[in-house]
Amino acid sequence: MKLLFEKSKPGTGNQYIPACDTPEYALDASFLREEEAALPEISENDLSRHYSALEKRSYGVNDGFYPLGSCTMKYNPKINEAAAALEGFTDIHPLQPADTVSGCRKVLDMTKQYLCTITGMDAMTLAPAAGAHGEFTGMMLIRKYHEMRGDMKRRKVIVPDSSHGTNPATGTMNGMKVVSIPSTPEGYVDLEKLRQAVDDETAGLMLTNPNTLGLFDRNICEITKIVHEAGGLCYYDGANMNPIMGIVRPGDMGFDCIHLNLHKTFSTPHGGGGPGAGAVGCKQFLAEYLPWDLEETENSCGKVRSYHGSFLVIVKALAYILSLGKEGIPASAAASVLNANYFKALLSEKYTMANPGFCMHEFVMTLEKEHKEHGFSALDIAKGLLDNGIHPPTMYFPLIVHEALMAEPTETESRQTLEEAAKIFLDLYDEAMKDPESMQHRPQSTVIGRPDEVLAARKPVLRWKKEEKDEG
Amino acid sequence: MGSYLSMNDSDKRIMLEKTGVSSVMDLYRDVPKDLILDKPLDLPEGKAEMQVARIMRQLAGENRVFGTVFRGAGAYRHYIPAIVDEVASKETLLTAYTPYQAEISQGVLQSIFEYQTMICELTGMDVSNASVYDGASAAAEAAAMCRDRKRNKILVSETVNPEVITVMRTYSWASDGQIVTVPASGGVTDLQKLCEAVDKDTAAVCLQNPNYLGCLEDLRAAADIIHEKGAKLIAYVNPIAQAILKTPYECGADIAVGEGQPLGLPLAYGGPYLGFMACRQEMMRRLPGRIVGQTVDPQGREAYVLTLQAREQHIRREKASSNICSNEALCALRAAVYMAAMGREGMRQVAKQCVSKAHYLQQKLEEAGFARKYGQEFFHEFVTTCPYDADEVMKILAGNDILGGLVLSQHEILWCATEMNTKEETDRMVSLLKEALG
Repeated sequence: MKLLFEKSKPGTGNQYIPACDTPEYALDASFLREEEAALPEISENDLSRHYSALEKRSYGVNDGFYPLGSCTMKYNPKINEAAAALEGFTDIHPLQPADTVSGCRKVLDMTKQYLCTITGMDAMTLAPAAGAHGEFTGMMLIRKYHEMRGDMKRRKVIVPDSSHGTNPATGTMNGMKVVSIPSTPEGYVDLEKLRQAVDDETAGLMLTNPNTLGLFDRNICEITKIVHEAGGLCYYDGANMNPIMGIVRPGDMGFDCIHLNLHKTFSTPHGGGGPGAGAVGCKQFLAEYLPWDLEETENSCGKVRSYHGSFLVIVKALAYILSLGKEGIPASAAASVLNANYFKALLSEKYTMANPGFCMHEFVMTLEKEHKEHGFSALDIAKGLLDNGIHPPTMYFPLIVHEALMAEPTETESRQTLEEAAKIFLDLYDEAMKDPESMQHRPQSTVIGRPDEVLAARKPVLRWKKEEKDEG
Repeated sequence: MGSYLSMNDSDKRIMLEKTGVSSVMDLYRDVPKDLILDKPLDLPEGKAEMQVARIMRQLAGENRVFGTVFRGAGAYRHYIPAIVDEVASKETLLTAYTPYQAEISQGVLQSIFEYQTMICELTGMDVSNASVYDGASAAAEAAAMCRDRKRNKILVSETVNPEVITVMRTYSWASDGQIVTVPASGGVTDLQKLCEAVDKDTAAVCLQNPNYLGCLEDLRAAADIIHEKGAKLIAYVNPIAQAILKTPYECGADIAVGEGQPLGLPLAYGGPYLGFMACRQEMMRRLPGRIVGQTVDPQGREAYVLTLQAREQHIRREKASSNICSNEALCALRAAVYMAAMGREGMRQVAKQCVSKAHYLQQKLEEAGFARKYGQEFFHEFVTTCPYDADEVMKILAGNDILGGLVLSQHEILWCATEMNTKEETDRMVSLLKEALG
């Protein structure tokens, strides 16, 4: 499909602003750019069609089943969008006087209070713009805590080998040494390994629970105790909060600090990769280190972004919490677990599960045996799903499972959707067993086939350029 | 109570039976019993959509939307063509995940590729990423791109937006870096002081243009000073101004970053916003975050993919220099639609009107006794002294539906005008000031 720039035609465009009604002031030429920016020149009709065409070449939650593990692709309610579009939210300058933004402050305060209740934390910041940004913020609190006590050598952060890549990267951004500990064969934290790993240099542990295998670690209280006894703190990565909200709280499991992905658990849309929002909560003893907002506070770790966070995303999350309320929140969590287990039971007919038994909101399949013995891979199944109108599960994660496919159906899918999807998964399995070679040519029905990623990385073309096009 | 479930009693029965349990709570058997909440959360009861809509309208109604705005200071009110909201509301683009599955995400990927191209055009740079959280975190990430074992110090001019400096300091503290501010003189960075401050430990210098006080900096001269000592120049720029101002590339900057909010994003009490980042070819592999590249599929068709992922956290884990994962894709989409809708000439017009209207405002304020503080050339913001108590002035204006400039101190105000401010608005405000204070 042609790029905007290839549709551009000199002299076309639209008049969105009236002629200038004040005298023209010309800046000295020495300040001005030598060459004009080659932005597109395109009529609004053509522009509108361009984006309609791009939308058709994309896939959203509204298009179909999206069981992308650890991403919680639940339905994004429309009322949330309507609330965030209110002029009384969109047209407020971030530096308006306090007495003109009491509605915004209430939105922030209510959301903080509700999220504290849901997580069992005492204080909350809504400043972080995404989950990874929340991790960065949360780990800063932990670092600050140790430093304020004069315990300067605590610079080691422990992460299980099943963790999201953001966890170790966050440790590094906080000037910490990352210690990765192996999981047990079942995917739990290995208590012995954890005991060996903690010492007087341990700043803390970063943990997702339920973990990335979709299992709730039954030793959770022992885990947090081991870390606390060694003088470290426990950080809860809230990526997998969805199945436990309203049922069990990280604050009760012994966690000192957490982040939530409002764009996962609290139903705000992913927008093709953001904006998200990553609320960070903590116990009272860490509260003084939270980022400051309106006024700088003495022991705060600072600010992680400008102003007051992803405000409109927070509005959407608040609308969601108000809609579900005290009954709806645990009901949604429970439904996400039932959906995952039902889907898992249906797929178990043919697919090998990394862990037998029940799961929380997601589960991991392994195609290791099929890959070795029959010559088709997790990638092949994923690409085959694309031909069937299903977004594939997360591939090749967690790293501790070979040929992994991680599926998270979420609570907003119906039984009928799960059954139809399961049939497609199972048929595809049979097809792959019969003709593994053909799977390598999947997908066939999408607007492109498998792109050449090696070429993309080896000869990066990261922007459109006129000259090159003309030569080609 | 609102519910987004699609499960009736019969579904539930069938599903439980297939799963082999009698109750959903049986599936939580790994959760220690004493951890399971024994009473409902202390939250309000769930509400019907009509009630939620009413509450949200009430909350929004408690805020004050000003009819006239002369405040910027990092967040700017510009006209947003209707098509921007329309495209950003397209359900598929709104609800899609990060485009990891390229075959069904060509639309999202192409839109990012187009965004990257337009950011490169505005900044003159070779490579842009797909966005980061906001301008301030973009500056902090740019600083991290420049630091290495030998050079750990970042200089930042006093004329950079204080929000940005604070965020840079926070990131820097976390990674044991050092941030030193360079003093200003006459509203711009003191180049003499800059020259003295850059040393062999300096990784980069961050300058803002137009700076926080609205003045235009001599980036070219600064670049020469900085490069002489082997350090890098991070230029923090306003994307609207870039339609007419010399590009960071032309000035010799190594990295261009900034707040993309002026490109079609509402003020929204500060977010979500858009951090843009672009750099020269040599630094491409140090750029954090997602980047979209062009390639081909097996049939030779043009295709777009997330590329150069070897830089990123999901591959490099603790060796990655940034942990960024989700970015601001939908905000970048808004920016792309805005730039394409306004187009080459429209963007220039907006920038030129900002300049003209700000200069008109400055002249009128001068007549009312608000003298300009700095003699430098400015884009669409400038500082005046204030002959009266600045907070009092703001109150008078607020009483007349006007959000005045930002009060910097009791007798200093930072004003801003954009294409949105009509001549009539400016005249009305200035006569109000004359009447009330004169």
